[in-house]
Amino acid sequence: MGKRIGMEVGIAAAEAVGLCNIDVAAVYPITPQSHIAEHLSDIVHDGRIDAEFITVESEHSSISACAGASATGARVYTATSSQGLMYMHEVLPIVSAMRLPVVMGNANRAIAGPLNIWNDHSDIMNQRDCGWIVMHAENGQEVIDMTIQSFKIAEHADVMLPTVLNMDGFQLTHMIEPLEFPTQEEVNAFLPDRVPYATLHPDKPVSMGCFNMPEIFTETMKVKDTALINSKKTIIKIWNEWGKQFGRYYKPVESYKSKGAETLILTMGSMGETASVAVDELKKVGKSVGLVKMRLWRPFPLDELRAAIKGCKTLIVMDRAVTFGGIGGPVATEIKSLIYHDKDRPRIVNYLMGLGGRDVTVEDFIVMVERAAKKKDETYEFYGVRE
Amino acid sequence: MIEIRWHGRGGQGAVTSVELLALAAIEEGKYAQGFPAFGPERRGAPVMAYNRVSEKPIKIRSGIYHPDVVVVLDPSLVGLVNVTDGLKPDGLLIVNTSKPSETLREQLKYKGKLATVDATHIAREELGVPIANTTMLGAVMKATKVLKLESLDEPIEERFGKIAYKNKNALKRAYKDVKLAK
Repeated sequence: MGKRIGMEVGIAAAEAVGLCNIDVAAVYPITPQSHIAEHLSDIVHDGRIDAEFITVESEHSSISACAGASATGARVYTATSSQGLMYMHEVLPIVSAMRLPVVMGNANRAIAGPLNIWNDHSDIMNQRDCGWIVMHAENGQEVIDMTIQSFKIAEHADVMLPTVLNMDGFQLTHMIEPLEFPTQEEVNAFLPDRVPYATLHPDKPVSMGCFNMPEIFTETMKVKDTALINSKKTIIKIWNEWGKQFGRYYKPVESYKSKGAETLILTMGSMGETASVAVDELKKVGKSVGLVKMRLWRPFPLDELRAAIKGCKTLIVMDRAVTFGGIGGPVATEIKSLIYHDKDRPRIVNYLMGLGGRDVTVEDFIVMVERAAKKKDETYEFYGVRE
Repeated sequence: MIEIRWHGRGGQGAVTSVELLALAAIEEGKYAQGFPAFGPERRGAPVMAYNRVSEKPIKIRSGIYHPDVVVVLDPSLVGLVNVTDGLKPDGLLIVNTSKPSETLREQLKYKGKLATVDATHIAREELGVPIANTTMLGAVMKATKVLKLESLDEPIEERFGKIAYKNKNALKRAYKDVKLAK
């Protein structure tokens, strides 16, 4: 590893892709992902890597171009955000059903309407059931590391599924911070060439992504579900390989000072770092508080999450998206379902917060922990809303 | 940890300032963040940008509401934007202005630590444009001692290439000229 250098995280994401020996990138620019698109285009144009950068007219086309290129056996990358991801939506389940290892970066941003360009998780939560591996980075270093890991995970013979790495728009993408890059040799040692299961080639015609009659569609769905659930084993294996080589270990669920804590905060994405400062502050004044951070959202890390929250009395789930007309935010809803049968389940307090760029400070986490202690029921609450 | 809030107008390079300061701090082996207030990007509109500099890794990822230092790039923002908002009681306000510090104190009803420099004048002479972002970096280095002045050399050379020397001259002049007010 080299020394720490200062760089904007969006630029760093493109630089990380540049280390991964990609064949094709098809990216349509959208705030706050634009710097990834522009810089990756520069890397290709300047001849720093031998890849094709396909300029497309929309995100529907960028993901379709990626699917086509991936089907020929190429290593492909795309990146998007918010409305762009929504525009890709139609194609996303097709990519996973065809078992194409497309790697995507998503700069999380609220979806319209009303129009808003700032950070929350509503874009990725709307893609929950598309059959992709969904991961969240907490800081710039994780964006670099997890971008490189994504290719190995997606293309592994036991996985063969597309991945989307979420990085909070602006909070991460527009932040200049100290980062370490692996060398090209180190990445080459970690990331083998893609060995595709089947490829499209005019000389050896095959059909991919065929029409399914009712007699086979259910089976296809089960295969897809099983593939995603089984991918967790390989994801963990690859994260351990990364840890051994680079000294930074990754887990589906990360815990911070959570041992024996009566109250746990649960976060996804960049707010985990701010929450960790709140945990330190609260511990100083004798509060029994810890933090659990979900890195892997799909496949849902059931066993790991259950182990991470075991024994706590109150679990405060921070949701950066709204499930309109539902029973809580998307993360809280799933966790409630997960622990429904557990005898000693914690009380779940669910805050919908940090929506559309509303800042979440250390003090906000402290207030939420204090309020959660007094909250009587398990209904969800819009934190900080002005009424 | 030191937290700095920059006030400027869209197009005046407040974001470039925080970028250069963060890069220089990281070059020195420190930990740093540089980021814009994530608002609509409109030329001429009041904007903010932020820096955090620390000896230890920085975990906070929110805006800065109680800065140790506030830097005002554009003299016309004084009185228009509440530049001292949330500034810590022992905090430092650094203003680009041609006015005497007493006038500024009166205008802002501000009694805390204050440093002033006519950075627009320096920028006009050294760079030929009234854009004071790199010039004010010199004033910030002198008034806060957050970094060594020479740590900015490399980031400025990388950013400005052929005209880097002009920017360096401007910030050195501001480093020399900035005055701590009584």
